[in-house]
Amino acid sequence: MTYQLGEKVATREAYGNALAEFGANENVIVMDADLSKSTKTDCFKKVYPERFINTGIAEGNMLTTAAGLASCGKIVFASSFAMFAAGRAFEQIRNSIGYPHLNVKIGATHAGISVGEDGATHQCLEDLAIMRSIPGMVVINPADAAESRLAVKAAIDYEGPVYLRFGRLAVPTIFDENYKFEIGKGVVLAEGTDVTLIGTGLMVPAALEARELLAAEGISARVVNIATIKPIDRELIIDCAKATGAIVTAEEHNVIGGLGSAVAEVLCETVPVPMLRVGTEDVFGRSGKPNELLAMYGLDAKNIAAKAKAAINLK
Amino acid sequence: MTDVQVKELQIHATNVRKMALEAVYSANSGHPGGSLSAADILTYLYGKEMRVDPKDPKNPDRDRFVLSKGHCSPGLYATLAEFGFLPKEDIKTFRQIDSYLQGHPDMKGVKGVDMSTGSLGQGISAACGMALAAKLSKQDYRVYTILGDGEIEEGQVWEAAMFAAHYELNNLTAFLDFNGLQIDGDIRQVMNSTPIDKKFEAFGWNVISIDAHDFNQIEAAVEDAKKVTDKPTLILATSIKGKGVSYMENQAGWHGAAPNKEQYEQAISELDAYLNELGGLA
Repeated sequence: MTYQLGEKVATREAYGNALAEFGANENVIVMDADLSKSTKTDCFKKVYPERFINTGIAEGNMLTTAAGLASCGKIVFASSFAMFAAGRAFEQIRNSIGYPHLNVKIGATHAGISVGEDGATHQCLEDLAIMRSIPGMVVINPADAAESRLAVKAAIDYEGPVYLRFGRLAVPTIFDENYKFEIGKGVVLAEGTDVTLIGTGLMVPAALEARELLAAEGISARVVNIATIKPIDRELIIDCAKATGAIVTAEEHNVIGGLGSAVAEVLCETVPVPMLRVGTEDVFGRSGKPNELLAMYGLDAKNIAAKAKAAINLK
Repeated sequence: MTDVQVKELQIHATNVRKMALEAVYSANSGHPGGSLSAADILTYLYGKEMRVDPKDPKNPDRDRFVLSKGHCSPGLYATLAEFGFLPKEDIKTFRQIDSYLQGHPDMKGVKGVDMSTGSLGQGISAACGMALAAKLSKQDYRVYTILGDGEIEEGQVWEAAMFAAHYELNNLTAFLDFNGLQIDGDIRQVMNSTPIDKKFEAFGWNVISIDAHDFNQIEAAVEDAKKVTDKPTLILATSIKGKGVSYMENQAGWHGAAPNKEQYEQAISELDAYLNELGGLA
């Protein structure tokens, strides 16, 4: 399944489609906790019903059962909303999947504030932070449908625990069919010299839009997509710091603990340059339309451009 | 089972008890009470029942065991040592900085440990995953787990109980080590989970009640579980916490405490006396 450039598709859709596309391997098992229509694992269920396991609304049991399946050689995708996978089942993931380093892929959908009307209880803005803190956990936050598809394929081929973060909101496709996804590698989407805008997830198209706003003011911004939050692409971040001397990160996540923190950790230990973060400012979300919420919480091109100018002024 | 076979298992179980105490005494920490109450079940599984081979501990067709009450690792390690999975001399390294015998079982580090456990309520879910994997792959191995009676206060146990019945995991047998005591005291006073048999029956399980220290009853229950075609089995095994050591028996205080030198020597001498009686003292 391929996606056209500019085509708006939710990454959860691409997740479900990719499970069906790459799920032929008899060892692939997909689990869900009564949300298969929302997480889109029902796409897999339609093709391979015998390898789809519904656990009912019991995320802790789902993640630990996934660990048991993986210990017997299965490649398990366990899916729920990010809040209930990373949030509710954190300790099961940490002790039963992370500690024994089992081959479980956590397919977490409905991440971030763009969940919209369901409000704060369902808008997970902490998952990158908590998943990143588990030793050996790979954390991937794809930017669009095309990258989500390739991330699912890479997760199947990778031996070990992976946290995959997907969204509910349809987002523009920015990668074409020539894109090569590699776990742990960021990509430069556009060159620039004054500042680097490092985005993840749906903030990547926003960063590209911010680059246009900055160009209109004579500012040259490099744009980088970081899908793999862990292990983070240190070399690329160091290169950006050296080449542009200022960094802005942008994520649909609390500014504490996610992409911004991961990038700051690299910079402060290597090439400390001025850096500012775009994300939710340590607050809970609320009900509203996804795009209204993104604007209200500063998760847009306008705020990224403003932070970019402020970061440049700190040089 | 013949009387001779029972006696052989009793000798193994007494050796297991001695080594479990050696582990806790050497570490000056750990959980003797529940290790001793579960020693006969562990001995039966590894000494008689399970299709496992210490020379081929990762065989995909082996039976699986999950110690859901992972704090009773001294009992599990002692059993693995008694049946050839690890050197007996390693037991005294339990919980030491340079040892692979972690405070709670680590499947990455210990030969014969099928799942890392320690956080209560999770082992039974992992066992469900293993049993389901056998069904999906059309393999005939069986999965065994031991739950603590305090452990079933964790809600996840009941999520797993629903799951196992829903998916008709008849290849899963869970023992519940019903010694009646948890850290803070009598389980009926801390958080009453009785009647346990009726709860599991209501969740759709085959339930068998036995004496956890009678090998003939353990065998009969395990064999009965194998005949069930559409349900998981819970073996509600009434036990004595600290079984085999007079001053530890039925004392909640020995849940997670190590004996001092004098106490340790007394315990070993009591167990040796029993071994002597069985004709099993080396």
